[in-house]
Amino acid sequence: MIHGLTQLTYLAAAALFILSLRWLSHPKTARRGVAAGVGGMTLAVVGTLLAPEIVNYTWIAIAATVGIALGVPLSWVPLTAVPQRTALSHAFGGLAAGLVGTAKYLIWFQHGELTQFRTGAIVLEVILGYLTFTGSLMAAGKLQEIVPTRPITYPNQNVVNLGLLAIAIGAGVYLTIDPYVTWAFPLIVLLSLAFGVLLILPIGGADMPTVISLLNSYAGLSAVAMGFVLENKLLITAGALDGSSGLILSIIMCRAMNRSFTNVLFGAFGQVQAGAAATEVKTAKSATPQDVAELLTTADRVVVVPGYGMAVAQAQHKVRELYDQLTRRGIDCKFAIHPVAGRMPGHMNVLLAEAEIPYDALLEMDDINPDLPQTDVALVVGANDVVNPAARHDKSSPIYGMPIIDVDKAKAVVAIKRSMNPGFAGIDNELYYLDHTLMAFGDAKQVMGDVVKALSGEGSTH
Amino acid sequence: MAELDLWSMLFVFMLATFVGFQVIQNVSRLLHTPLMSLTNAISAIAIVGAILIAGEEESTTTTVLGTVAVAASMTNIVSGFLITDRMLKMFREREPKR
Repeated sequence: MIHGLTQLTYLAAAALFILSLRWLSHPKTARRGVAAGVGGMTLAVVGTLLAPEIVNYTWIAIAATVGIALGVPLSWVPLTAVPQRTALSHAFGGLAAGLVGTAKYLIWFQHGELTQFRTGAIVLEVILGYLTFTGSLMAAGKLQEIVPTRPITYPNQNVVNLGLLAIAIGAGVYLTIDPYVTWAFPLIVLLSLAFGVLLILPIGGADMPTVISLLNSYAGLSAVAMGFVLENKLLITAGALDGSSGLILSIIMCRAMNRSFTNVLFGAFGQVQAGAAATEVKTAKSATPQDVAELLTTADRVVVVPGYGMAVAQAQHKVRELYDQLTRRGIDCKFAIHPVAGRMPGHMNVLLAEAEIPYDALLEMDDINPDLPQTDVALVVGANDVVNPAARHDKSSPIYGMPIIDVDKAKAVVAIKRSMNPGFAGIDNELYYLDHTLMAFGDAKQVMGDVVKALSGEGSTH
Repeated sequence: MAELDLWSMLFVFMLATFVGFQVIQNVSRLLHTPLMSLTNAISAIAIVGAILIAGEEESTTTTVLGTVAVAASMTNIVSGFLITDRMLKMFREREPKR
């Protein structure tokens, strides 16, 4: 009877989770999606608490309290820190899966109830869970800049990494065939933990959007494996939704960089690629904020291209003030968002939404590119590689083939940049040397603030 | 374990993956960051497994493992849903021209 009731709550929860993601498809219905998710989760938890196996609620209550105490402050982080928070939550998801898998193994080992199927599923859950745990912790550390963000490489890195994973999988297969071998399980746990760390070491900051998505997918798959271990179809459903979401996002990120998964994971992009460092002296034209303001007042159409530099400088609110100034003057102002701008999928959209820029002014790369030739000023705020024209024509460039926002086609380009130092990939950006490009040097927030000041000082009429 | 269950679980996995692909492909790129925090909260449904282990009183070790797992999942549930809602509240349309 109670079992049936629990299953009923699980069934309803699965439906609510699917609806939750469905409603997320549009900003208008998205918040209803969150409500559906909360509803599904509450039902499932209550349904589980009814289970007759539970004899002691003390530890559950304590753990839940700790979780709430940790979770609430974690939801208050500034939006620039959302990538770190996301990586951290992938780590917690992986940890939970790994721990539950370990506990189940111990329980069934004690009772002599390990079957080959159960062991195989546990092995999968534990490998995915623990590697997601340490890998995501590393990713969070890199995003928070506790761990160096540049790729850390050493000789034969890929051989070592894949070798460790191969040993872990080999031990897993062995354990599945003979579930009562005592040495294999601890070895699998240790190797998975180590593999997670080593997998993320060679990954550079700009590859984070792909890596976070991939870890998202692993966290989901570890929940699926847990579902197979516990024979719980709700876990399988929710994990599969999470896993497919992460996979779709990683595919979008890879396409947006014209790279393959293998290349992201094993390519150590962003190492010293000084190969083609052009030695010829090129000159860039620099401009003061006043120059930029004057140029903007003569424009009819302006496209702003934000990048990670905007997030670092926390310049989104100044960007909004600029947007207000331009819109007030009747100048059409749009934002061009590259899929991999920032450190996680959709990062720029969230920052600009936080600054209260209406979302219908935010356009995807493919939608805005045809408009750029008719754009008077393209304003690049802290973006670099995603606007480098070399990606279109320079076959020797490491970013050749990557789809970019064609700001060089605009009638004038203004790039706000801290210095002439190249971006993460160490690639010189020829955009900065074009005849119609002006460089405004300085901190993005400072420069934007000065431009806004110059604009408002000039009065609000044309 | 009955063989039938393995097959029905695989069916559920297959169908849920396809539903996931369909539903998530429709999510606007604007909302990819909230999408990730929402799916993250949803996959913290792993709390269901953790609760059973923390409450079973099987052995001290497993109770500790289960308790930590409940805490980790609960953190994800709470912070995931709260931050998703916080972000979604910020997405607004252009105000109608006055």
